[in-house]
Amino acid sequence: MDLTVLLVKGLIILVIFAITLGIAAYSTYAERKVAAFLQDRIGPNRAGPWGLMQPLADAGKMFFKEDFIPAQASKWLFILGPCLAMLTALMSSAVIPFGDTIKFDNYAIPVQAIEINIGVLYIFGVVSLGVYGIMVGGWASNNKFSLLGAIRAASQNISYEIALGLSLIAILMMSGSLSLKAIIDEQATFFEWNIFTQPLGFVIFLTCAFAECNRTPFDLPECETELVGGYHTEYSSMKLGFYLFAEYINMFVSSAFISALYFGGFHYPFMNEISQALEKSLGAITGHNVATAIGVVGYFGKIFFFIFFFMWVRWTLPRFRYDQLMNLGWKTFIPLAILNVVLTGAGLLYNFKYATWLIAIVMIVLAVSTMTRTPKREVMPQRTV
Amino acid sequence: MQLTNRSKQVSNKEMTLAEKMYLPAVIGGLAITIRHFFRKKPTIQYPEVKRYLGPIYRGHHILKRDEQGRERCTACGLCAVACPAEAISMVAAERKKGEESLYREEKYAAVYEINMLRCIFCGLCEEACPKQAVYLRHDKMVPVFQERDEVIYGKDKLVEKMDDRYIRANNSEVKTTPTEPSLTRAAT
Amino acid sequence: MTTIIMTETLNFFKTLTPTGYLFLFLTALTLFSAIGVVTARNPIYSVLALIATFFCLSGHYILLNAQFLAAVNIIVYAGAIMVLFLFTIMFLNLRKEDEESKTNLTKMVSVVVGGLLMIMLITIFRAKSAQVPMVNSASFSNKTGLVENLGQLLYSDYILPFELASILFIVAMVGAVMLGKREAGDRHF
Repeated sequence: MDLTVLLVKGLIILVIFAITLGIAAYSTYAERKVAAFLQDRIGPNRAGPWGLMQPLADAGKMFFKEDFIPAQASKWLFILGPCLAMLTALMSSAVIPFGDTIKFDNYAIPVQAIEINIGVLYIFGVVSLGVYGIMVGGWASNNKFSLLGAIRAASQNISYEIALGLSLIAILMMSGSLSLKAIIDEQATFFEWNIFTQPLGFVIFLTCAFAECNRTPFDLPECETELVGGYHTEYSSMKLGFYLFAEYINMFVSSAFISALYFGGFHYPFMNEISQALEKSLGAITGHNVATAIGVVGYFGKIFFFIFFFMWVRWTLPRFRYDQLMNLGWKTFIPLAILNVVLTGAGLLYNFKYATWLIAIVMIVLAVSTMTRTPKREVMPQRTV
Repeated sequence: MQLTNRSKQVSNKEMTLAEKMYLPAVIGGLAITIRHFFRKKPTIQYPEVKRYLGPIYRGHHILKRDEQGRERCTACGLCAVACPAEAISMVAAERKKGEESLYREEKYAAVYEINMLRCIFCGLCEEACPKQAVYLRHDKMVPVFQERDEVIYGKDKLVEKMDDRYIRANNSEVKTTPTEPSLTRAAT
Repeated sequence: MTTIIMTETLNFFKTLTPTGYLFLFLTALTLFSAIGVVTARNPIYSVLALIATFFCLSGHYILLNAQFLAAVNIIVYAGAIMVLFLFTIMFLNLRKEDEESKTNLTKMVSVVVGGLLMIMLITIFRAKSAQVPMVNSASFSNKTGLVENLGQLLYSDYILPFELASILFIVAMVGAVMLGKREAGDRHF
């Protein structure tokens, strides 16, 4: 390793860290804007042009509020809770490859903080730790509502982690590697993107990602109709801010993860042709770097779409009931995910990548047939009293 | 009693498989919300753009003077009685010699106060007034206040200024509000 | 006497590589948190200390170049099992300390059991057959702990134990489902 290589590497780590924080901050703004637009409103537009300074204003507000610790709370755990939430959220973006390599002199440096060959497992492990922040905070508050919220969060995360992992296994079987970079490189051409080879796995993964991030329709841990504020009922000031912020970071990371796993990461259609043309016209090194930059931009486009999708779903769907949530996780997603794994394996035996479409087609046919067989619900005219 | 024809009959029937999959309904919901995303927003940017409030809007109170500039109020207290929020209070006084050009009646209101925190702008004082003294302007609102001691409006803020006479337009087509909502601004 | 010990320790620290320092640090942290598990009065702190111990163990795995094992240790133990531990303990409401449950008999029995375990461990470590072979730097491959090699090994040399373990898991799962299943006529909670 050369000093310059180390420097560039350090720069990349710093930039990824800053980008994660920046995107999380502006996700709060985007959330409010998207919510407003979906509800025919305008949203924040007073702080700066188009309200762009709103995250700063929010942070300022958060910092200057009273930092309250309940008298009966376990003080150190109460502080540890939001710290853990923030720490685990920030750790996970380290292994996501945001782009191909940057070339200079004779070096080729991947646009990724750390390349480890178990990238997927790393993210999975860090995400599974995220629940500690919520649990510790909820328990330390010494409040029944907080405790119930924490317990809901824990059971929900554990339940959905299984289905998440099982849908992930199908992808690992296809790529034969745990490295995110290898998984992305597997999806070089457009129709090899895992969304086309694993449609069912994608739906399961996406839904489980919603549940893991505690986002609506699965935001039971902070269900305000039943639990006041859930696990952060007792929190105020920047501690609450950390919890909320961690949620947005998780959202960003899972968006990046979904786009890497199912949408080819930094790949885009006709990528090889474009990069070859660029290398021809701009020289090997500059052309390669420009092509990498285009890939990074494309990747962020995908990430932003998924962040938008998270918000879009949040402001569309009502919250699930708790038994519905558990039934969906244990009785629907886990069997389906296992079936998905089995069919993927069978497909791989015969070298056919699109085997899981079978499940999707069977499900659609079944749904349509039951829908046509059941008598149409007649709309009864309202009785007049 | 039927209020609208948009009500739907709800049933607790067993869900079909397609309904149990949730996905068709989810996609339907997403389609509805995304349509709203691109819809024109009806918001009016309030302090910059003001809505036309109509010729019968009930805004800032005003104590009218007559044609010769004399205060019409005779401090009979009917407005205070009529006020459902008990926002009006007054102190009556007798007109002295030489004050005929100031007050129309022999008894007048030395103090006339409206508590704007209590006032609900119902307009009952206007209805009750036998002397056509108190009105609620249609072209001016009570401004936002920051301090508690700003909320009680005395005669200095209520009595009509001679250089700024208030005439209520009978014609409903007259638009006295200065600014109109411009829909191009509202969409930003 | 003390000066000799001092210089010896100093020399020992001088011979260490950065990895050695990391190992020492991690070991100290592991022992510290493991002692915390036993001595903590509040069971919640106990569980949290146990989680910290698992983390340190994962750190040791990484030092041994077994990244896969480290990640799986965190996912399975720290991420799932300890969450369930915490989960149950939170429900139990063990705020006040129950000193009465520790009678003299239990204390004595635990001392005896712990002592036996310690003797066993020491004998095992001292046995010639259990000595860890020294690293042969010529044949050493730094890819031994990686997931590909681990998979190869699991599905060739250790296929029987691996499959037996999976059967054990299925039996455990079926048992859990049977225990948790509601009988007809049971109360709905």
